[in-house]
Amino acid sequence: MPTSAAGRRRVTPGLVGRYLILILMAVLLAGPLIWQLSLSLKGAGDDLYARPPELIPGHPTPANFATVLDRIPVPHYLVNSLMVAAMAVAGNVVGATCAGYALGKLRFRGRGVAAGIFVAALLVPAETVLISQFLLVRGAGLANTLLGVVLPTIVAALNVLLMRNAFANLPAEFDEAAVIDGANAWQRFIRVSVPQVKGVITVVAIFAFVGSWNDFLWPLIVLSDEDNYTLTVGLNRLRGTFYDDPRLIAAGTIIALVPIVTFFAMLQRYFFRGLEAGGLKG
Amino acid sequence: MTTKHKASPPRGGDTALATHRWRVTPWLFLLPGLAVVTLLVLVPFLNTLRLAFTDSMLLRPGDFVGLDNFRRMFDDERFGTALLNSSLYVVCVVPFMVVLPLVLAALLSGAGRLMGFFRTTMYLPVIMSPVIVGLIWTNLLDKQGLVNELLGTLKMVAQPVPFLTDRWLLLFSAMFVTVWTGLGYYMVIYLAALANIDPSLYDAAAMDGAGPVRTFLNVTVPGVRSTMALIGVLSSVAAFRVFGEIYVLTDGTGGVGGGDLTMTMLIQREGTGLQARTGYAGAISLVMSVILGALLIAQLVMQRKQRTF
Repeated sequence: MPTSAAGRRRVTPGLVGRYLILILMAVLLAGPLIWQLSLSLKGAGDDLYARPPELIPGHPTPANFATVLDRIPVPHYLVNSLMVAAMAVAGNVVGATCAGYALGKLRFRGRGVAAGIFVAALLVPAETVLISQFLLVRGAGLANTLLGVVLPTIVAALNVLLMRNAFANLPAEFDEAAVIDGANAWQRFIRVSVPQVKGVITVVAIFAFVGSWNDFLWPLIVLSDEDNYTLTVGLNRLRGTFYDDPRLIAAGTIIALVPIVTFFAMLQRYFFRGLEAGGLKG
Repeated sequence: MTTKHKASPPRGGDTALATHRWRVTPWLFLLPGLAVVTLLVLVPFLNTLRLAFTDSMLLRPGDFVGLDNFRRMFDDERFGTALLNSSLYVVCVVPFMVVLPLVLAALLSGAGRLMGFFRTTMYLPVIMSPVIVGLIWTNLLDKQGLVNELLGTLKMVAQPVPFLTDRWLLLFSAMFVTVWTGLGYYMVIYLAALANIDPSLYDAAAMDGAGPVRTFLNVTVPGVRSTMALIGVLSSVAAFRVFGEIYVLTDGTGGVGGGDLTMTMLIQREGTGLQARTGYAGAISLVMSVILGALLIAQLVMQRKQRTF
């Protein structure tokens, strides 16, 4: 437990035990990734089924990556995923910020009803509307398109409510000063309020990106043409294509992991900040 | 909301907020969000309510059939299997999700400079798509995968364990994978909650000579009780909805003879494809959302009861 004397702590059995458990958990959580990386680099000369298993490849080779890229258009799927994610980020940032501003900062008749609509939408489980959303998207001629993939989550109710809270918590003084200066709602929005909630907007953008990047069920339902597959749906084919060679499956997952792990490494603190904000609110 | 403005009554049109009483501006701000949420969430929800009572197919609108779809569910073996599997998922996964990340967070909150390293490492699985997680574990749990090779090396098993082909082993493997993925997520939420516990409580416990276990039970757990309840709700809803892990581990088949189907998988199977029975799938969706709603309410009631003690 945290103590005020943390700096002067001596090595006790308790401390050793704590670190042992933490290291064990870290190995359990990161180990599979490291094994996957090792597997992806193993060459034809490596015994995949050696006992005990060998972590360091004896004949490391990039050939597995080349084979995967040759047989499955991973870069193409990557581009599709990026396009969907870009639309999701843009839609959520613009849509949620605007709606959140109206709900959090402006006073007007019907505000309660509007807020209620977003809360109601938040409570609807995705599975309940899955089939109806598909019928709707299909009816609009958007089945098997990237726009169809992004549409249902292009402005998420949760993000609108997050932004509403962020705006509502801002002090009113700046706004009042801007009104006296003759600023209209749009000017106050862009110049006064938005700059103060940049942190929350970043969190919304990151979660929109990761959510869209990792989504599987909905694109699986909407997309039927391989040309339009996003990364998750495309990767799902790895197992069928390379059933007999775990090295190739491993190489495929590593290729897919590079962008999202890089993204996470760069924006780590926002990930944790967003989660903490969400957790504290509950 | 801005209590300040509620306190002072609006004086005509001269305050920031009063100017917008009758204007169209707020609705322009709301338009994109409201349109998406209404057209793509609320309208489909109403449509699901309607579909559930029809025999509609993907290419045929269908007619009103009353409760036929719900009656059919009782005779549908796959529905029974899916309901059982999804419910088992909640029962088995939720205790781990509530307790394990808390223990980790408590261990981690005193780890000083190394905390960042451990936090990042344990969070890695969270940012990965269920498809990638599923593929990684397919490799690991295969008959000739790392887990079986390790067990064989240690002479713990004579034959490879059929993690991916036995109905129950596959279900439990998927649960393990779900816990593996979610640990870091809930741990970070707990870390934030732990930071709010008054440090003097720990000092007092130390002075009373309380060991780590007693400190954990008497200081940490009561300090994060509301967060535990929240995570109970979040993880049970998530567990009941499980899809990706099972889909990938069974290679999309739902296991041998469909023995590992879950509710979400059943909806996906019934409701898509050219032969999709959208009416029946709608009815299953409806049952699923009723159960999810009941889960939420049950947890809220339990939470309230706990507080009165």
